[in-house]
Amino acid sequence: MSDLTKLTIAAARDGLAAGDFSSRELTAAHITAMEAAEPLNAFITKTPEKAVEAATDSDTRRGKGEAGKMDGIPIAIKDLYCTKDVLTTAASHILDGFTPKYESTVTANLWAEGAVMLGKANLDEFAMGSSNETSFYGNVANPWRREGDNRMLVPGGSSGGSASSVASFSAMGATGTDTGGSIRQPASFTGIVGMKPTYGRCSRWGVVAFASSLDQAGPMTRTVRDSAIMLEAMAGFDPKDSTSVDLTVPNFEAALTGDIRGMKIGIPNEYRLDGINPEINALWEKGIDWMKSAGAEIVDISLPHTKYALPAYYIIAPAEASSNLARYDGVKYGLRVEGEDLNDMYASTRAEGFGAEVKRRLLIGTYALSAGYYDAYYLKAQKVRTKISDDFKEAFKQVDAILTPTAPSAAFAYGEKGDDPLEMYLNDVFTVPASLAGLPGISVPAGLSEEGLPLGLQILAKPFDEETVFKAAGVLEEAAAFAATPADWWRG
Amino acid sequence: MGMIVQGATGDWEVVIGLEVHAQVTSNAKLFSGSATEYGAEPNSQVSFVDSAMPGMLPVINEKAVEQAVRTGLGLKAQINKYSVFDRKNYFYADLPQGYQISQYLQPVVGEGKITIDLADGESREIGITRLHLEQDAGKSLHDQHPNMTLVDLNRSGVALMEIVSEPDMRSPEEAAAYVKKLRSILRYLGTCDGNMEEGSMRADVNVSVRRPGDEFGTRCEMKNINSVRFMQQAIIYEANRQVDILEEGGSVDQETRLYDPVKGETRSMRSKEEAHDYRYFPDPDLLPLEFDDAFIDGIRVTLPELPDDKKARFVSELSLSPYDAGVLVAEKEVADYFEAVAEGRDAKLAANWVIGELFGNLNRTGKPLGESPVSAEGLGSLIDLIKDGTISNRIAKEVFEEMFDTGKNAADIVEEKGLKQVSDTGAIEAAIDEVIAANPDKVAEYKGGKDKLFGFFMGQVMKATQGKANPGVVTQILRPKLDD
Amino acid sequence: MSLDKATVAKVANLARIKVEEKDLEPMAAELNNILGWIEQLGEVDTETTMPMTSVADMKLRWRADEVTDGGYAEEVVANAPSSEDNFFAVPKVIE
Ligand SMILES: [Mg+2]
Ligand SMILES: [Zn+2]
Repeated sequence: MSDLTKLTIAAARDGLAAGDFSSRELTAAHITAMEAAEPLNAFITKTPEKAVEAATDSDTRRGKGEAGKMDGIPIAIKDLYCTKDVLTTAASHILDGFTPKYESTVTANLWAEGAVMLGKANLDEFAMGSSNETSFYGNVANPWRREGDNRMLVPGGSSGGSASSVASFSAMGATGTDTGGSIRQPASFTGIVGMKPTYGRCSRWGVVAFASSLDQAGPMTRTVRDSAIMLEAMAGFDPKDSTSVDLTVPNFEAALTGDIRGMKIGIPNEYRLDGINPEINALWEKGIDWMKSAGAEIVDISLPHTKYALPAYYIIAPAEASSNLARYDGVKYGLRVEGEDLNDMYASTRAEGFGAEVKRRLLIGTYALSAGYYDAYYLKAQKVRTKISDDFKEAFKQVDAILTPTAPSAAFAYGEKGDDPLEMYLNDVFTVPASLAGLPGISVPAGLSEEGLPLGLQILAKPFDEETVFKAAGVLEEAAAFAATPADWWRG
Repeated sequence: MGMIVQGATGDWEVVIGLEVHAQVTSNAKLFSGSATEYGAEPNSQVSFVDSAMPGMLPVINEKAVEQAVRTGLGLKAQINKYSVFDRKNYFYADLPQGYQISQYLQPVVGEGKITIDLADGESREIGITRLHLEQDAGKSLHDQHPNMTLVDLNRSGVALMEIVSEPDMRSPEEAAAYVKKLRSILRYLGTCDGNMEEGSMRADVNVSVRRPGDEFGTRCEMKNINSVRFMQQAIIYEANRQVDILEEGGSVDQETRLYDPVKGETRSMRSKEEAHDYRYFPDPDLLPLEFDDAFIDGIRVTLPELPDDKKARFVSELSLSPYDAGVLVAEKEVADYFEAVAEGRDAKLAANWVIGELFGNLNRTGKPLGESPVSAEGLGSLIDLIKDGTISNRIAKEVFEEMFDTGKNAADIVEEKGLKQVSDTGAIEAAIDEVIAANPDKVAEYKGGKDKLFGFFMGQVMKATQGKANPGVVTQILRPKLDD
Repeated sequence: MSLDKATVAKVANLARIKVEEKDLEPMAAELNNILGWIEQLGEVDTETTMPMTSVADMKLRWRADEVTDGGYAEEVVANAPSSEDNFFAVPKVIE
C-alpha cells in the first residue's frame, strides 16, 4: 500500500468510500507518522487509543452506509478547543491538568461528521504569538528548513502545532484559530492552506477565548478542496454563541469551479510596504498575473487605514484578553499557587501560570481599559477599527475579492528576531486588517523563497462570502502548482 | 420631615440615595440555562457558563429583558430601545469570570419616579436615575470551615435589576418607605418576589450629611443590606458617625462600609479597601440589546393596575378613606383579596372586615395572608349573611373566629350553632314583653323621661334571645311598647 | 503618556499578576515601547467615527426562559484545585 499519509482529505474520502482502505489503516498510518514526528513537538497531548477507537467506529458506520463528510479522516485539534475528558491546556501552565467536561461545538461538529482525533496540537500560549515560541510545552519546529541550513525554523503562530502536524503529514488536517492571523500566517510558513472564515461562521463555544471580537475557528489543510470540505464540517449556527450567525452552511466544495472569469480582484496599494523582502512582492506580482490569466479583472484599490490596523489590534486584543483571562485565578481549575490570602493567591498563581508574552499583553490590556486611559486607547482603537472596516466596505463596492501576500517574510529561525516584541507583531501586518473587519481569508502556498521556504498568498472576500474565497483560492492553487514538500529530517 | 442631626455646631441634614438589587423573577439565569430557585444544594444550579469554564459564552434570557422593561414601565421610566452590556472587571472569590456582566453607560431603563407615602399622610416623589440588568455573584461562606472560605455559585449569573435612586431621601423613614413602595411595585408587576430574607432584594445605601441647603457632602456606601429595619439603623448610625467626624473638623472618606447588625455599627470593609478601577468595556461576547416599540407596547398592555392607581380608585370609586385604601393596596395579595371580597358588596364593610377581623386573626395566629383559613369567597359569604339579616354584626364576629379556627364555612357554622338571627315578630314580641314585665321600675324611669334606658331594654332583649334577635325588628316593636 | 514604575505596579495589581520589584523598571520600558508605537493611532481623525460595536451585522438573539442546564455539581468542581462538599474552597476571606 502506498503511503496513506500523503493523500489529501478528498482522496482519502474517495478511497474510504471505494473500500480501498479502512479508517483504521488510514489512522494507523497517521499515528505512526505522528509518533515519528515527535521532534517537531507539534502535539501537547496525543490520543492514539482514542483515534483507533474512533476509526473503528467510523469503519462500522461506513459499513452501514452512514458515513459523514469527514468520516474516518484523522486530524489534529489545536489545544485551544475544549475536548471532553481530554486534557486541554491552551499551551499554558495555568491550565495544568484541566480536563473539560464538555466538548467545543466545532469539534463536536467534526466528530458528528465522523472525523478522528489524533491529539491536541501545540500553540502559542493562549494563542498569543506568531512563532509558537510562547508555549509552556515548548517550541514547535517547522518541518521546513532553509536549504543547506539545519537551524530549526518557527512554524508561525499561534496555530503552529496544527500547521506543523499537517505540513509533516502527521495529520490530514487540523483545526486552527485565527485572531490576528494565527491560521493564515503559520499556513504560509509551512506551505499549507489556512482558512479563517467570516467572524460568526464557526461557533466560538468551547474554544478558550483570547480576544472575543476577533477569534475565529478555521481549517488547516494541504489543499483548498480539503479546506472547503473541512470548513463545511466545522461551521454552522450555534445558539450557544451570541455572535454565531444563523446562516445555512453552503456546499463550499461546489464553489471550486475553477472559473474566475470576470471576477474583480482588488490589489490594495497600502500593502506595498517599504523595506519588505522583494521576493514577497515578486510572488504577489506573480499571483496577480495568474489571476489575470485566469480571466479575472485586476483592480487597484485603496485601504487607507491599513497602517493603523496593527496598533489598533494590539490594543483591542490585549484589552479583551485582560478580561477573558481573569477567570484563570486558581479557584475553579488549573494551577494554584498558595499565598498569604486570596489576593496573594491570585497574584502568585497568575505570575507563575502565565508566560512573559501573555503577561505583557494582560498588562497592556489592563492599562488600556483603566480609568483615564480608556478613551485614549480602547475607544480610540475601536474607532480606528470602524475606519478599517469601512475601508473594506468601500473596496468591496468595486471588487469581489482582494489578493495580498500572507506574511511579510518566510519562516525564520528561533531566536532570529530580536527581543523587541514589536518586530514579532509585524508578522501579522497583512492578516490583521481582515481580522479587525471580521472578513473571511485564506492563505494558499504559492511559491518558494530563495532559501527554499514556502510563501503564501492571501485572498479576502466580503463577510460570509467564503465561496468566492474558495473559488479564487482554487484557481490560485492550480496556477501556483505548489508541489514542494519538506524533507522529512525528523525521521532521523 | 427630614432627619436632622443636631450637632454642637448646628444642624446637619441627612441625604440618602439607594441602589436596590432586585432579583428578576425568571426560571433560568440571565445568560445561562441553569435554575434560579433558592436554597438548592451547593453548585447544583450551576452550568459551565456560570462557573466560568474556559470557552463558555453568554446568551441572554428574553424573560429578563421583558421583566426589566416591565419594571421600567411600572416606574414610569424612560425605556431605552438600545442598551449595552458591559463587563465590570474585578477579582473576587464569588465572581468566577473575574468580571460581572452589567450595564454601565447605556442602561436598558433611564429616569423614572416613585411616590412614597409617609406616616403623616403626605406623599413625596423620589427620582429613579436608572435601572440596569446585571448578573448576580455567587456566595462566599466564611464560617463553614476553619481556614477556608467556601464558594457556592448557585446565585452566580442570576438576573438582577439594579434600581438606582436619586439622592432624594432625607430620613431613614423615607428610605424605608421607598424600599417598601418599590417592593410593592415589583410584586404587583411580578418582576421580583421582593423577599429580603432570601436576598432577592438587597439595598446598597448611600449616606451623606450636609448643612441644610448646602452642597452634598461626601457619601459612604453600605452594601447589601437585606432588611428595612437594619437599613434604618445603619442610616442613623452612619449619619451620626459622619456628623461626629465633621464636627471635630475632620472629613468623611468616600468608602464602602459594612453594617454589622449585631453591633449596630458600620465599619470600613477590609477586603475592599483599595480603590476600584472596574475597567468597564462593552462585552464582546454579546451584541447591543435592541428591541422596538411593538415589544414595549406588548408589555405595556399587560401591566396590572399599580398601587398608586389602585389606591386612588379605592378612594374615589369605593369611597374608602385614604388610610384604609393605602393599607389595602400596599401588598398586591391583600388588594386582590379585598377586591374579591368587595366585588358586588358594600366596599366599606368589606374593608372593615379585611382590616379589622381578618388582619386581627392573622396577627393573632402569626399566619400570612396566603395561609388564611378564610378565603375571600368565605369572608364574602359571611358579609352576605350580615347584609341579608341572617346574622347580626356581633354574631358575625363570632362566626368569623370559628371560620378562621376550623376552616368551616359561615353558613354551616350559623346552621350548626343555631345562630340565625330571629326576625320572627311573635318570638321577639314575647321576649320584649318578658323584659318589660321583669323591669317595672326601669319602665317607669324611662317613661319619666330617662330616654337613655332604651339601650338597656335593647340589651336585655338581645340577651334574652342569645343575641339572635334582629336589632331592627326589636327596635321597631320595643319603642311603641315603651312609649305607650 | 509614559508609564512609570509605580503605574506598572498599580496595573499589575489590577491584573493580579505579581511582579518582582526588580522587574518593574524593565517592564515599564517594554510597555512604553509598545505604547509609544500605538500612539500613532492619534494620527487618525475619529472625531465623527462611532466605535465598532459588533463585527457581524446582526442583532442580539434571545433565548427562551427555560431551565436547560446545571444539575452537575460534581462536574463543576471536578477540576478545582481545592473543593469541599461540592463547594469551591479558597483561602479564608475576612470582610
Ligand atoms: Mg452598585
Ligand atoms: Zn449592581
